[in-house]
Amino acid sequence: MNLRLVKDKIARNTMMGLSLFSILVLLLIGVVLFVYSLPTFTDNNTFKLLFTSNWKPFKGEFGFGTFIYSTLYVTFIAIMLAFPPAILCALYMSEYASATVRRFFSPVIDLLSGIPPVIYGVWGTLTIVPYISEKLAPHFVDFSTGYSVLAGGVVLAIMILPLIVSILIEVFTAIPAEIREASLSLGATKWQTIKKVIIKKSLPGIIATVVLAISRAFGETIAVLMVCGNFTDIPKSIFDACYPLPALIANNYGEMMSIPGYESALMFAAFLLFIIIVIFNGISRLILYRIKKQSY
Amino acid sequence: MKNLEERIIKALMVFASVTILMVLLYILYIIISKGLPSLTWDMVLKNPSGGFYLGKEGGILNAIIGSLMLIAGSVAISMCVSLPVVLYLNFIRKKDSRFSNVVRFAFDILFGIPSIVYGAFGFMVMIYFGLQASLLGGIIAVSLLIIPIMARSIDEVAGSVTQDMIEAPKSLGATKYETLKVIVRQISPGITTAILLSVGRGIGDAATVLFTAGYTDSIPVSPMQPAATLPLAIFFQLSSPIEEVQNRAYAAALILTIIILLLSFSTRYFGRKMSKSKL
Amino acid sequence: MRDLSNEIVMQEPITQFSKVTDSYKTHLSVDNLNVHIYGKHILKNVNLHIPEKQITCIIGPSGCGKTTLLRCFNRLHDDNSEVKVSGNIRIGSEDIYGSKVEATHIRKKMGLLAQRPTVLPMSIYDNVAYGPRLYGIKKRRKVYEIVKHQLQAVGLWEEVKDRLKSPAVRLSIGQQQRLCLARGLAVEPEMILGDEATSSLDPLASTKIEELFLKLKENYSIVLVTHTLRQAKRIADYVAFMYLGEMIEFGKADDVFNRPKHKLTQQYLDGSFS
Repeated sequence: MNLRLVKDKIARNTMMGLSLFSILVLLLIGVVLFVYSLPTFTDNNTFKLLFTSNWKPFKGEFGFGTFIYSTLYVTFIAIMLAFPPAILCALYMSEYASATVRRFFSPVIDLLSGIPPVIYGVWGTLTIVPYISEKLAPHFVDFSTGYSVLAGGVVLAIMILPLIVSILIEVFTAIPAEIREASLSLGATKWQTIKKVIIKKSLPGIIATVVLAISRAFGETIAVLMVCGNFTDIPKSIFDACYPLPALIANNYGEMMSIPGYESALMFAAFLLFIIIVIFNGISRLILYRIKKQSY
Repeated sequence: MKNLEERIIKALMVFASVTILMVLLYILYIIISKGLPSLTWDMVLKNPSGGFYLGKEGGILNAIIGSLMLIAGSVAISMCVSLPVVLYLNFIRKKDSRFSNVVRFAFDILFGIPSIVYGAFGFMVMIYFGLQASLLGGIIAVSLLIIPIMARSIDEVAGSVTQDMIEAPKSLGATKYETLKVIVRQISPGITTAILLSVGRGIGDAATVLFTAGYTDSIPVSPMQPAATLPLAIFFQLSSPIEEVQNRAYAAALILTIIILLLSFSTRYFGRKMSKSKL
Repeated sequence: MRDLSNEIVMQEPITQFSKVTDSYKTHLSVDNLNVHIYGKHILKNVNLHIPEKQITCIIGPSGCGKTTLLRCFNRLHDDNSEVKVSGNIRIGSEDIYGSKVEATHIRKKMGLLAQRPTVLPMSIYDNVAYGPRLYGIKKRRKVYEIVKHQLQAVGLWEEVKDRLKSPAVRLSIGQQQRLCLARGLAVEPEMILGDEATSSLDPLASTKIEELFLKLKENYSIVLVTHTLRQAKRIADYVAFMYLGEMIEFGKADDVFNRPKHKLTQQYLDGSFS
């Protein structure tokens, strides 16, 4: 009898400890990254770090401008390319499609989101890069290797698309049927109902989804790395190579131990990513959570 | 006029959806067509010889076994963390309590952290403890990555356990701990789904293992040795100037994709089993 | 309930149409309506003639198909591929399910008041203006007149005239339901359909809605699905009793309540089942 109770107590305490540990891990990651990037903070002023694009690690000059700019540029292209088809598809699935179509389509979305990033990288290298280099860019610029902002944006767009679609479908279906019926009963068509009622009501959810997708795009490393060109100059056009933050970290981990300040700089990049993504994620999750609660 | 707008939008919607489907099929087509010619028995059963980057002979057994070992270790560790935590949050604390929701929120954020950050963090932890790039390092990093994924997935099924199910063992005199054992059995298809999902995410991820697991031509015999993984096999060998090496990369890509497809279908199968057992 | 199933087989439903049609004008006529949902036969050979500018209450135990019937009138089943509707429903001389007839056209003629108030996510003003704006009325002056008129018709004007732009969700439940009524009236329907429209309201708010119906029947034909007999006794002019998807009895309220012709009707009125 006693042994059972003892076991019970041990189990409870272990579980509570593990739960607390999980919260601590989050803080721990932030703290560790911050501590390791401290030298970079102290040796350079923050403005120079963030806004100049002088990247000469051997000289101890760390201007992250190119990388930040590349990250933003590539993410922007990705969202522009992914959002319209994603919301159209999500609206179609939630408002028009029959149950059979929906059942058929959900594995499609699942598969797209399950394909590992490295596979997207391979595919991008084999299809998108040559297409840009040979067919698309010649119309606009003199020369492009194909490894470019555009390639990164396209690959990233396909990667974040299933995320946007699946969350938006959840957001739209959370709207109670009665509101749709109220609008339809007044004589509105489906599209009018969507325009004036559904989108209006789901606006917070839509924004939260976009924010979530952006934070996913910010952090994507391998796929973008394989198609973006990894060139440290600021890209002048969409067809130029770029160098987003995650790619920076991934490419240089080998050398970082040998150059003073390099390791700290890369940790700074990781810390930047971490902070931005945590904030974006936190806010959008809160919004989405509240929407879900309202629908009950 | 009303009608025209509606028809155009509807056509665009269908077009968007079909395009998405086409993109998926195109990706699968490319991967299969590039990888299939190179998928021989040799490829699957031999290690690369002559160095993975330049050696023409051999296959990718090192990566296949390496990945399997790594993900097995990570799943084991993650289960030890996520299952107890989720059980605690749902059945020992109240499902809706402040504590549970705070931990859930923390997990949600951890869920969204990109794998490169886990890789960098794992690397820092390894350096601190004096570990070299190794199987163990990779396991640590990937575990960090998949714990939130597993936790969220188990949390979803744990939420579906009814009050009666929890009270039945209690009224027979069982302790909380013993009740939990019964609950775990009840939600085991859901746990399987969680494992499958985590494997899917963890096995294909390159950024976590990039710094932490190293890379090698051979299969590790101890956790302290570096391990090759499928994603890195693709990444490192794709850019080789030698065609045979590139083919190894394509074969690895195909194998990885096949694994993911199998996992995806199994997940659906177990997911359906779970909802059937609920009723 | 199980005991009574034998009785249904023995007695055919008696429809009093031949006698009653002469004394009222039919606004909506339902002939041989059959509805199948997921293969189940929900509405069986329903025949009904709704009188013009009267209040017709459809009564019956829960689950007998009242709501399904009501939703046939404004074609809300259209989007549900699992629902099969066959038969004939005419409003005036127009076939509601005619091949050339647009659902939106029919829905304009019907105002639906649902069980729970479903205010649209916009301001009080925009809720009422939603319908007219759909039909192209853009002039601010005209829209304002319509909104004011309908809000007055439902007795809300004095209560909300100072906060027309505030979100409709801030109103009390009773006010929301009246708002939905005003919104439905703003599209100038011919009929008002109420699907247990007062079941989520408190008695005071319910009374207000019932009074509105009594006032509105001067201009609109009203069909109400009611779940309480008491409400039907209070306001109905005509009563239709349904049981398990069949129209059992129809007639003037006084006749049906006091001299029911079908055994089932009597049993329902006695409270043997609900």
